[in-house]
Amino acid sequence: MSATTESTGRRVLAALRRDPLAVGGTIVLALLVVVGVAGPWLAPAGVNDVDVDQMLRPPSGAHPFGTDELGRDVLSRVLVAARVSLQVGAVSVGIALVAGVTLGLLAGYYRGWLDSVLMRCMDVLFAFPVLLLAVAIVAVLGPGLLTAMVAIGVVYTPIFARITRAGVLSVREQVFVRAAVSIGASDLRIMRRHVLPNIAAPLIVQTSLSLAFAILSEAALSFLGLGIQPPAPAWGRMLFDGRGFVTDAWWLGVFPGAAIFLTVLAFNLVGDALRDVLDPRQLTLGEARRSTP
Amino acid sequence: MSERTERMPSPRRHPMTDSTVLSVDDLTVTVGTRNGPVRAVAGVSWQVRPGETFALVGESGSGKSMTLLAATGLAPRAATVTGRVRLLDDELTALPDDRRRKLRGRHVGFVFQDPMTSLNPVLPVGRQVTEAAEEHLGLTRRAARDRAVELLELVGIPSAAGRVDAYPHQFSGGMRQRVAIAMALACEPDLLIADEPTTALDVTTQAQIIELVADLQARLGTAVVWVTHDLGVVAGIADTVAVMYGGRIVEQGPVDAVFDTPTHPYTRALLAARPDPSRRGEDLVAIPGSPPSPLDLPPGCAFWPRCPVRADPRCEHELPPLTPVGDGHTVRTFYRGEAG
Repeated sequence: MSATTESTGRRVLAALRRDPLAVGGTIVLALLVVVGVAGPWLAPAGVNDVDVDQMLRPPSGAHPFGTDELGRDVLSRVLVAARVSLQVGAVSVGIALVAGVTLGLLAGYYRGWLDSVLMRCMDVLFAFPVLLLAVAIVAVLGPGLLTAMVAIGVVYTPIFARITRAGVLSVREQVFVRAAVSIGASDLRIMRRHVLPNIAAPLIVQTSLSLAFAILSEAALSFLGLGIQPPAPAWGRMLFDGRGFVTDAWWLGVFPGAAIFLTVLAFNLVGDALRDVLDPRQLTLGEARRSTP
Repeated sequence: MSERTERMPSPRRHPMTDSTVLSVDDLTVTVGTRNGPVRAVAGVSWQVRPGETFALVGESGSGKSMTLLAATGLAPRAATVTGRVRLLDDELTALPDDRRRKLRGRHVGFVFQDPMTSLNPVLPVGRQVTEAAEEHLGLTRRAARDRAVELLELVGIPSAAGRVDAYPHQFSGGMRQRVAIAMALACEPDLLIADEPTTALDVTTQAQIIELVADLQARLGTAVVWVTHDLGVVAGIADTVAVMYGGRIVEQGPVDAVFDTPTHPYTRALLAARPDPSRRGEDLVAIPGSPPSPLDLPPGCAFWPRCPVRADPRCEHELPPLTPVGDGHTVRTFYRGEAG
């Protein structure tokens, strides 16, 4: 993977740099990752440092995001909760991506009864409203971080399976796939080398969108009390706890809400930009010249 | 479907050997369709010897591509293939799929019609060129890269070392077809199958590609099966030729014999239809009508409805057998050529 991958990587970076929205999204994501890793050390106070004298204080120098009904520092809780949100997003989308792409590849490449069985199962999953299905899975497995991640992963699997299958169906009829068959390439090799790279663009976009939706879903599950269990901080749970104080303590809802909003927006911006630059057919003339001496 | 062709004569430019690279014997392909089974290829037999060029000529739908796909085990799943196919020392038709796949990859290279679609758009050409070699010869990445440069140089791509990492869209049609040829040659195959490789190219590029294949063949000793509807190409490069019509071979033999003394009315009509600079200004000759649908083949000679001769009352109802008319020259017609 030496020279080719490097040059592709450089090309993607160069193209991303020209798109101001993508730059913004990338910076926000980078900050989020830093916060996700270092949150507990960045936080000015402990997440569960209760101080009843400081209950429901508006944003101030001591508490930039104010304090909640138990006097806990909202900034600290928002910072620490970033890790959980990112973790849920990455793990659940990882589950959905691996499972969905595998099932979609098998269904689209081999067609026949396998296709029918797999895709009908996906249709059944797809027919449920996202949250209802997630709630049902959590209800069976019991609430908690791990089950929330599994539930969200299962919920988003059919989307990946469908996108993959649709792509495989069109790519497998291409002459270059027939050419690969003619030179005796194995099915696995054809899928890995010829089919997957050609359907990577929609998958990458879907991944970034799904990361955003997964974080929202986790927030919703936590909001319903089915995700992260208190007192551990989670953005969705903080929104839930803040809803009773909307009129007299707006900061309880606004800051975790803004964190969710920024994260989702950043993933979407980066996903859009990636879609545009990852397709080599969309190389600009200048880039094409540079890469062919 | 029990006719057998006569033994092929010694090829024009190569010493006679008894070995064949690919030998197809009584190949029949039936494709299941919504309208019932369709016989796309019926009782076709031919051989290619080492270093020889065999041309398979016919109109669209005459069964020439299907013959090759079936012979190499690439026929669509809906097709039923009978007959025997021998690749070098192995009876391909008797082998399990996996074994056949390996033999095909190792010994046969394919070049397809349209170089715009036969290369993977998202893989650098260098990676594609050596794919077969990686799969069948176990080349390492580094060795594969060196080999890719070597192959691209072999097919005449300028500054090959700088272009192994380029993507297919950065090449012109002719250059892409060169890449496709390099890809087919990566395992040093004994047989190169070219399925109308010049049809999608402009005329000057066509000539370059034909020259390239002839040159490579002379240097590497590869046998070539060239599928085409262009008789001009056949005359220039082939040692033997088979003309297909309605799923059957109607005339087959050394290229000189077929071109000098064409016997089947279809071959004669094809040759007469070639544009001829000495008849400049005259109308081009065409064969009236269109080829029969494989769904609805005439009971006798498939060419009968369009035949300008209709020499024999049996033509309409009885299938003429393949009969020898010269040294290795066989023909499927009742007509025995008065001057025409």
